[in-house]
Parts: sequence; C-alpha cells; structure tokens
Amino acid sequence: MPDLPPHNGQVPRLNDEGRVPLDAPQFQIAAHNPRRVEVAVAAFFLLSLAGFAGFGAAYWQGASNLWLGMTLGVGFAGFGLAMASWGKWLMPRGPFEEPRAPMATTEAEKELFIADFASRGKVAIARRHALAKLMGLAGGVLGVVVAFPLIRSLGPLPGNTQYRTKWRKGSFLTTIDGRRVTVNDLEVGGVLTVFPPDDLGGAISQTLLLHVQASGNVVTMQGRETWGPNGYVAFSKVCTHAGCPVGLYEELTQQLLCPCHQSLFDIYTGAMPVFGPAPRPLPQLALYIDKSGHIRAQHGYTEPVGPGFWSRGAAPFARYRGK
Amino acid sequence: MSTSAAGERSNPADKAYRWVDDRLAISRGGRHLLNKIFPDHWSFMLGEIALYSFIVLLLTGIFLTLYFVPSETTVIYHGAYKPIDGQRISEAYASTLNLSFAVRAGLLMRQMHHWAANIFVGSIVVHLLRVFFTGGFRKPREINWIIGANLLILAIFNGFLGYSLPDDLVSGTGIRIAFSILESVPFVGSQLAFLLFGGNFPGTAIIPRFFIIHVLILPLVILGLLGAHLGMLIRHKHTQFRQAHAREDNVVGTPLWPTFAMKTGGFFFLTTAVTVLLGALVQINPIWQYGQYYPYKVSYAVQPDWYMGFLDGALRVMPAWELHLPGHMIPNVFFPAILLPGITFTLLMLYPFIEAKLTGDVAEHHLLDRPRDRPVRTAFGVATFAFYFVLFGASATDVLANYLSLTLNFVLWAFRIMAIVVPFIVFAVTYKLCKELQQTPSAGKRQQFNLILRSADGGYTTVPAEQYPGYDQPELAPVDVEKVELTADAAQQDGDEGVYEIPRRYR
Ligand code: HEM
Ligand code: FES
Repeated sequence: MPDLPPHNGQVPRLNDEGRVPLDAPQFQIAAHNPRRVEVAVAAFFLLSLAGFAGFGAAYWQGASNLWLGMTLGVGFAGFGLAMASWGKWLMPRGPFEEPRAPMATTEAEKELFIADFASRGKVAIARRHALAKLMGLAGGVLGVVVAFPLIRSLGPLPGNTQYRTKWRKGSFLTTIDGRRVTVNDLEVGGVLTVFPPDDLGGAISQTLLLHVQASGNVVTMQGRETWGPNGYVAFSKVCTHAGCPVGLYEELTQQLLCPCHQSLFDIYTGAMPVFGPAPRPLPQLALYIDKSGHIRAQHGYTEPVGPGFWSRGAAPFARYRGK
Repeated sequence: MSTSAAGERSNPADKAYRWVDDRLAISRGGRHLLNKIFPDHWSFMLGEIALYSFIVLLLTGIFLTLYFVPSETTVIYHGAYKPIDGQRISEAYASTLNLSFAVRAGLLMRQMHHWAANIFVGSIVVHLLRVFFTGGFRKPREINWIIGANLLILAIFNGFLGYSLPDDLVSGTGIRIAFSILESVPFVGSQLAFLLFGGNFPGTAIIPRFFIIHVLILPLVILGLLGAHLGMLIRHKHTQFRQAHAREDNVVGTPLWPTFAMKTGGFFFLTTAVTVLLGALVQINPIWQYGQYYPYKVSYAVQPDWYMGFLDGALRVMPAWELHLPGHMIPNVFFPAILLPGITFTLLMLYPFIEAKLTGDVAEHHLLDRPRDRPVRTAFGVATFAFYFVLFGASATDVLANYLSLTLNFVLWAFRIMAIVVPFIVFAVTYKLCKELQQTPSAGKRQQFNLILRSADGGYTTVPAEQYPGYDQPELAPVDVEKVELTADAAQQDGDEGVYEIPRRYR
C-alpha cells in the first residue's frame, strides 16, 4: 500500500481474519458520563412502559382519539428515545473501517463472462436459428393475446359517448329528485342544477339553469336568439378546463365561477371564459317553454361538453346532436 | 476444548444458532452483515425515515382494509355519525365514517395512515435532495437513483389513490380532474381513461379498482423496488462525507451490530411516535365535514394533499391555451398535468447521465461533495426546486387572494411571473453563495473549542480541545475532488486476503 494517506491503520477493520480486541479504543462508548445516560435510558423505558400501559387502559375504556393517540405516542416516543440514546451513547462508538473495491469489474472478468455466455449460447441457441425465432414468435403472440383480457376487458371504448349527453329534443329539465322545472320555479338570480329525466345525477349531462333576467329572450350569441326564453339560460355544468362542476353564479357580474382553478365564464357572451385556465366556453343548452309552462330542451348540446380530448373535432359536432 | 466453551455450547440460543447455521451457513455472509459499516451523518437518516413511514403505512393500512368497504353501492346510513342519519351514501363513504366513529382506535389508525403518507412522500423528497446536492447519484449509483425517482412517483400515485378511496366530496373532485387529465393524452387518452374507469366519468368501477391498486398492486411494486434499492445499497456500500480516515476506497463509521441496529431501531419507533402523535393531535381529512361525493356537487376548499400541490398550481397558472390540429386537439390540461411532470421526472432520472456528459467525469465516486464545491449543480438544483415551490404556492391562489385582499387576477399573474423569474434569481444567488462559502473554508463546520489553562504561576495557555474522543481530526481540509482516479484493472494486481487495495493517483 504505497501511497495511502498517513492515517490509515489507525482505524481497525472488523471483517479481517483476526478480531479487533474488545478493549480497542473504538469499542469504547461515546458517553463521558455513562451513569447519567443509563438513568436517562431507564427513564425513557419507564415512560414508554407507562405510555403503552396507558394505551391498553384507554383502549379498554373506549377513550377518545386524543387519549388513545397520546398514550400510544408517548409509549413509542419513550421506547425510541431510549433505544436511540442507548445506541448513541452506550455502544461502541467507532470509527471502524471497511475496505471498498471499485464496483467495475476487470476487463478479464468481463471477458470470461462474455465468453461463457456467448460461446455456450452459440452452441445451444444461435445454431438452431429457426427454433429461436419460433420461440420468440410464440412468446410474442402470447404477450399480445394476454394483453387483451388484461386490458381490453377493463371497460368500453369511448365510441361517440364523449360527443353525446342524454339531452334530447324535448327533454324536460328535471331536478335531482325528479321534479320537472317550470317557468315559475326560479326567482330572478336563481340557479338550479338540472338533468334529463333519464339521467338524474348524471355526471356528463348535468346542466346549470339560470334565471338571469325577469323576462324576454336572453341572447348570448348570434344564432342563439331563441335559446334563452323568459330570462332563462342553461349551460353545461362541466367545466371545459378539467371537468369540475361550475358551481358559483355571481349575479352582479353575470358570471359563472369554477371553484377548482377559478375559471370565470361570462353568461351574456355565451359563457365565454374571461379568466383562468378554461380554454373554451361552456356549451349552451337551447331551451323552450311548452304550453304547460315546463322548461324543455330544444335539442341536445351542439358540441361535446366538458374538457378536451384528442379526437374532439374529428367530426362536425352537429352530427352528434341529439334527435 | 475448554469447559467454558463446552458450557457455552449447551446454551439453547447457541444450540439453535448452530442448528440453523449447519443448514443455512449464516455465519459465512452473516459476519459481514454484522460488521457492515454505516457512516455517521445525520443526513443518512432521511432515507430511513422514508422506509419506516412505509412500514407504518403497511401496518396501519392492513388495519384499515379490515373495515373499509371499497364499494359505490348506496346504503341508507344509520351509523354512529348522527348528522347524516337516514341519508343515502355509498358503502365506501359509510365504512370510512364507521372507521372514524365506531371502530375503536379506527380514527387514530386512519389519521396515522394519512399522516404517514405525507411523511413518506416528504422524507423521500428530502432524501432525494440530499443525494442530489451531495452528488450521491454519480457512478456507480445511477441505477439506484433511477429506482429512487420511481419510488417517489409511485408514492405520490399511491397517496392520491389512497385519499380518493373514501368517496368524499373533496377527493371525488380530485378524481374528476384526474379523469380529465388522462383524457387529455394525445392519441390514446380517451381510451386510457375509459378503460381505467370502466366507461365515461364517473364510470362503474373506480373505487374498487383504486382500492386494489392502492392496497395490493402499488405496495407490492414499491416493496420490490425498495428491496432492490436497499440491496444495491449493500452491494455498493455507503457513500461518505470527507472526514478523517474517509477515502474513496473505504467506508468509515460504526458497525451494524450493535451500534447502528440500536440507533436505527430507535429511529423507527421515533418515526412511529411522530405519526401517532400527529394522528392524535392534528386532524387530517375529516371526510364527515366534506360530505358524500356527487358528480354535480363541488366543495369550495378543494386543496389536494401537499405533494399534489405543484400539479394543482401548474393547472392554475397555465394560460388558457390549447392546441388545435385538423380534426384533433391537445387540451389545455395536457401541458401542465402530463407534459410538465413527464419532463420533470424524465430529467430527474436522466440527471446523472446529463451531468456526467457535461463534466466528462465518468469515474466512480464514493466520497460525497459538499454542495458549495459544486456551485453549478447546487444552483441548478435549488433553482429547479424553487420553480416547483412557486407552483406549489400557486395552488393557493384563491386562498392568498382572499387572505391578502388582492384580486385573483393580480395573484395569478404574480405567480405566472414568479414561476419564470424566481428560478433565475435563485440560481444566481445560490451560485454566488457557493462561491462565497468556498472562500471561507471554516463555514458550516463544527466549532472546535479551546481550553484555556492557567498554570500554577499564573500564566495562560490555550490548547484546542479534543472534541470527539477518537476523532483526532474531525474534518479534513477540503481536497480537490476530481483528481482522484480509480482503475479497476490496477486494483486486481494487489490483493491481500481478498481485499483489493486501490492505487490512487493524485494529479
Ligand atoms: C405507498 C404507500 C401508501 C400510501 C402513500 C397510502 C396513502 C393513503 C392515504 C393518503 C389514504 C387516505 C386516508 C384517509 O384520510 O382516509 C389511504 C387510505 C387507505 N389505505 Fe393507504 N397508503 C399506502 C399503502 C397502503 C397499504 C399497503 C394498504 C393496505 C394493505 C392501505 C390501505 C388503505 C385503505 C383500506 C384506505 C381506505 C380507508 C380510509 O380512507 O380510511 N394503504 N391511503
Ligand atoms: S376545472 Fe374548472 S377551472 Fe379547472
């Protein structure tokens, strides 16, 4: 060992053939005053004993979470402190040394391994080329075939379900408890979550009905002149950002707020997003009021509701309009 | 044979040991294990905390599985929590209420489990930072770095799945966002989301599926990776800081038996104690206050667990852009919620190779760097961390706006700007600090005390006190790190008693 730093040799090695004598300085304990540490460790163990026993009593009595946790916690804390201080102060403090060889093997070792692997492999496998290929092929087919029940059975593929809700021509706007909504149900400034009758509570069909003005058609956009009769408008409640229910209607500013990431939608411009990360307006549901005063859908949504997805826009939205 | 040796042999523990040893040869490798050296430095404890909180998760989790019912079937509730008596709720929500109010010590176990999850992810992050800033990821430990990064990802995922299980309003909203994020993946996103959820949101199977992934699949994967992580640790042996006696070709410290075993056993119980005390004193996830999840209801205080905070913040600060292609689109959430973490974790895993490429340093390293000695790496790491810290802060834009009486618009823009500017400032400041610290070699070192002695005739002399018995020189003056070279071939040449000595060249 020619050029090792000078302090080598002061630190004993435990794994060598001979044993390091137990009276070596490295086997001494770290505490200057062992008696004091012993008392402390004993006190910690007694504390933990009290804690554990207390937990037993608390459990037996059906005590509150606070009592259960405090007793058990004190028990563990005492136990842990006792062990840690015992180990730190009353046990061989070292330092000892362990030698370390570099991880990388030598070129000779590598070559031996490669030679064994490749030469034997050549005889056994490479010579039977066709067999090896067949083995690979059969294994590959197994892999593909197994993937089907494992993955494909998990659920249906989207099909066109992302483009359609359960809203159809003439659907009654229905509350969660199945009541059909009429023109007299909402005060001005009122808001109600409505569903098509066959999808109460539906996550995709959920729609927000708003009574934004006392009378007259609410025109949010060109081409939607008849969509908001008698001061009522309805928008999809599924945020176009990440799908949270757009829950808050601010009557003063005529805006809708999504609580998840604070997107704001402006009602009178067709729920255009005016703040936050939402990239598209909330789709609007065209309404009409029938002879008996019920609010109903003129037709389904004219575009997919909710957040975007890869193939959105692959087909003209109108094709998916409910009949 | 002396009588005392014969006496020892008849002791039952000794007999049992001999019986097993004859069959499994424990003493062959066992002695090396007992004598495995652990360097003494507090920062090596961070990984241990992660390991121990995982054990706490396993134990408390097993308790929870005995009572939790992973089902969305609705029942009419007549349980211990009276305010919702008679309401229709899901079995998952009902059984979590049952765990919290009826099962003895159930609430404690639930809160311990949740707290342990937070400690688990937190200690992994801090442990990762320690390894990063000290260069512990360099050759030959790159594979273990990658395993560690994957453990972090899995821990975050499993935490998310776990707090999604009780079917409460807050977690349900999180699941809704997760569906939208999956859906946003180009080409296969919709298919992925539909397969995982068993249909369009909310699907038919999400709670039972999340349950089995949470309690079985991911814990098994984590267990396997942890085994590999620790196995490699033994194979590589520990890294160590530069201090007396420490060299590239050795490990200096205390042996596993008995010193380290006792200390680390103590740390296990202390980690457990902290989780129990948090579970007793600090309420976490009071699902009865949130209520049952319904897809059309929303809670106004939707704050995810802290380790998802950076994602929530990224979703908020992202401008309202999305990419429209002919017939297709890449939705807004793809960029902050898939692309950003994707890039982050890819870069994280590739970092050892990127650094090796940039520095041209392909040598093995077993001595750790002090962060100041690697100013560029340190500054880069702190700047990256600062970026994520800003995103984390951004997950509270609404709370901050309320609290500071600012407009939401102002707070949002402040975070957008900070996310870009802060990392650059932090980089510059850290770099400068490292350089400054290099100039003051004693900064951050243990103080050495002086003893002032008065002699009989009244004269004074000062002697430096020995500060740690046995450590004649607690820390060596920094040496130039790059100049040490290990060569495997040369090591082969001289082997005494199976121990390779490594010739070292100082250039
Ligand atoms: C990687 C490790 C794990 C993490 C990070 C983790 C995290 C979580 C979290 C945060 C919760 C929500 C608790 C709440 O506030 O209600 C949870 C719930 C749950 N976990 Fe885990 N967990 C892990 C491993 C396990 C294991 C191994 C099991 C079972 C063997 C398990 C069983 C459960 C059960 C049954 C619940 C639902 C009951 C409830 O929510 O109270 N977990 N988990
Ligand atoms: S989900 Fe509505 S703003 Fe993000």
